[in-house]
Amino acid sequence: MAITSPPAGKKGPLYAAAPRIYPQQISGTFRNIKWAMMVVTLGVYYLLPFVRWDRGEGAPDQAVLVDLPGRRLYFFFIEIWPQEVYYLTGLLILAALVLFLMNALAGRIWCGYLCWQTVWTDMFMAVERWVEGDRRGMMKLDKEPFSLRKARLKITKHAIWLLIAWWTGGAWVLYFGDAPTIVNDLLHFRASFDVYLWIAILTGTTYLFAGWAREQVCIYMCPWPRIQAALTDDEALNVTYLRDRGEPNGSVKTQKKRIEAGEPAGDCIDCRQCINVCPTGVDIRKGLQLPCIQCGLCIDACDAVMTKIGKPVGLITYESEVNVERRDAGLEPVRPKIFRPRTIIYMVVIAIVTVAMGWSFLTRSSSGMSVLHDRNPLYVNLSGGGIRNGYTIRLLNMKIKARTFIIEDEGLPDATMTVIGEKKSADGKWKIKVAPDTTRELRVLLITPKGAKLDKATPVTFRITEVESGETTLVGDYFRAP
Amino acid sequence: MGTNKLDEVTGTETTGHEWDGIAELNTPLPRWWVLTFWATFIWSIGYWIVYPAFPLMNSYTKGLGNYTERAVVEEDLSKLNAMRAESAKKLMGASLEDIKNNTELLNFARAMATPAFGDNCAPCHGTGASGSKGFPNLNDDDWLWGGTLEDIHQTIKVGVRDKHEDTRVNDMPAFGKDEVLEPKQITDVAGYVLSLSGGKVDGADVEAGKTLFAENCASCHGEDAKGMTEMGAPNLTDNIWLYGGDAKTVLATINGSRKGIMPTWEGRLDPATIKALAVYVHTLGGGK
Repeated sequence: MAITSPPAGKKGPLYAAAPRIYPQQISGTFRNIKWAMMVVTLGVYYLLPFVRWDRGEGAPDQAVLVDLPGRRLYFFFIEIWPQEVYYLTGLLILAALVLFLMNALAGRIWCGYLCWQTVWTDMFMAVERWVEGDRRGMMKLDKEPFSLRKARLKITKHAIWLLIAWWTGGAWVLYFGDAPTIVNDLLHFRASFDVYLWIAILTGTTYLFAGWAREQVCIYMCPWPRIQAALTDDEALNVTYLRDRGEPNGSVKTQKKRIEAGEPAGDCIDCRQCINVCPTGVDIRKGLQLPCIQCGLCIDACDAVMTKIGKPVGLITYESEVNVERRDAGLEPVRPKIFRPRTIIYMVVIAIVTVAMGWSFLTRSSSGMSVLHDRNPLYVNLSGGGIRNGYTIRLLNMKIKARTFIIEDEGLPDATMTVIGEKKSADGKWKIKVAPDTTRELRVLLITPKGAKLDKATPVTFRITEVESGETTLVGDYFRAP
Repeated sequence: MGTNKLDEVTGTETTGHEWDGIAELNTPLPRWWVLTFWATFIWSIGYWIVYPAFPLMNSYTKGLGNYTERAVVEEDLSKLNAMRAESAKKLMGASLEDIKNNTELLNFARAMATPAFGDNCAPCHGTGASGSKGFPNLNDDDWLWGGTLEDIHQTIKVGVRDKHEDTRVNDMPAFGKDEVLEPKQITDVAGYVLSLSGGKVDGADVEAGKTLFAENCASCHGEDAKGMTEMGAPNLTDNIWLYGGDAKTVLATINGSRKGIMPTWEGRLDPATIKALAVYVHTLGGGK
């Protein structure tokens, strides 16, 4: 096991080296699922930046782009402005809820199949086995004295690891700028310092975490196992060793002797295959434990052994804690309950958040306005006896084309409006042009004539109307007077 | 520590700490964790060497990097000025009217003028340009020397009653002090002037004041008392008063005259800033 305990009765050291784990190659159902997940997740990660999406003139044509200098987030047909960051918050909430639901259904299924730490570690392990050989080959190589062959294999392994890590960092950078341009710049060694820096950082972390730290990340760094342990319940399916069927365990020979002597004998032949294939070095027979990421590789290993010795498969399987207790008590296992209050609540909350986000997105406005009343002075007495108020108004045009807005005021029938630096159009309206995908700040003045009846603060409403679509936005403020 | 108990389930030694029957296992830390912990200590030594770190008696250790925040600020400022130089050049190339009608130039001029106004003009005119007694409110549409862009630009450049050879000067006589008018006549004129904006002075003969006004004041303030920006003579018919519109203040003004001063800014501020300030003041709202 990966957590080192000092031998019983002896005073342990203050710190200990983590024993290296040499996971053995295995094939089977869960291994195939893991391969498929790896291809899909890494395929999306590495290739997505190259997907193009036509947004029209003057806008980036990259499907997924985080434009930090331009303060925009592009995701296919969606464009998010900084003030709409709540969509990102919503997505994170949704992700957390889905994670909780996954946990309620099948424990740490995220850890076993989808977590990037697992996926990249899995890939690095595959490379390791390909270069150094399977479990036995690796163990033998590490025990060997230094030789040219050993150096060659080690250098090859680390070189491939670094290459993958570098590619990982490279793909990361592509999400923050035009991917083909950055690739071209990299090929000609003229990319910006930031690009090299971030590639170096992600190369370093990928190499370190997937190559060296591996299960240590899951055991010591990741908060999810701690949260997960507090969130889980007895109904969740976990990778479980059926101890009622397997125990007492023993070698094939021992079990045979037990049967001959009429003693109870379990199906487990203590071949340790489940431990050998485990990427975190867990002995699943000890039950549910923190380092287990529930990837199911021990199921594949055990099933292969059971088939070989002519016993039914499923000695290690996905099973709930409820059934473990029922089996211990000699009762029949029950079907796992997928629909129970916990999962139903998660599903309902997920549905609510999804609908709320979808609704807010579909009805979101592509224009906007903010109004800021002058603070100093609040109002100005004019020579002719009138009163003037000044406002700073910012118009938002969130479409990727120039648009014209008519700006009007309501609530003060006598007031006249002036927009500094603009001229009224022929029909007597203030038509303000705003460039594509940008905002424009205006200084707007309202003047009431002499003798107008005014309170200390009279409510006024500013209205903008988009000329083509008729889309309107209203913002209220006040007109101040002595 | 040698007498610590063993945990029955795991066989691991406990630290001897126990809370509500839960014992703490003495599980060793991972070696990489300990090494990382020490590495952070070593990293901090690097900071001491490269950056300023320890206070000395009269100074401090400077560090190999010669880092000072002041140098960083200076570099940032010079970068900012270099960035602005381009736009400032555009500002100089454009007429005041063009600046006002070009969104980009207008925004730049206003952004450039806001801090300049705060630094140079706000001490007298106020941060909101609302003025105070003796210092004109720049927000309203009542201008002593004219409210067009050119007029405002000129006023900022040359100042009032200051060193510039073309400086603006208005010279109202001290009618009382210099014994041009009798006290009663001053009261009559004040009564007439205030009657134009609906006020009154006790004991004033408004009709007599009207005649006196035509003889003594109209040459600068105009027959209709609406002022003349060429002379720097204020409009006396509205409710905006530089020194105050009550009877006592108006009497004092006629009696002793007022000699307000505004500095000449040409030579003190660069031409681009003066231009930006003119646009800024004009676009506060009162510009003609």
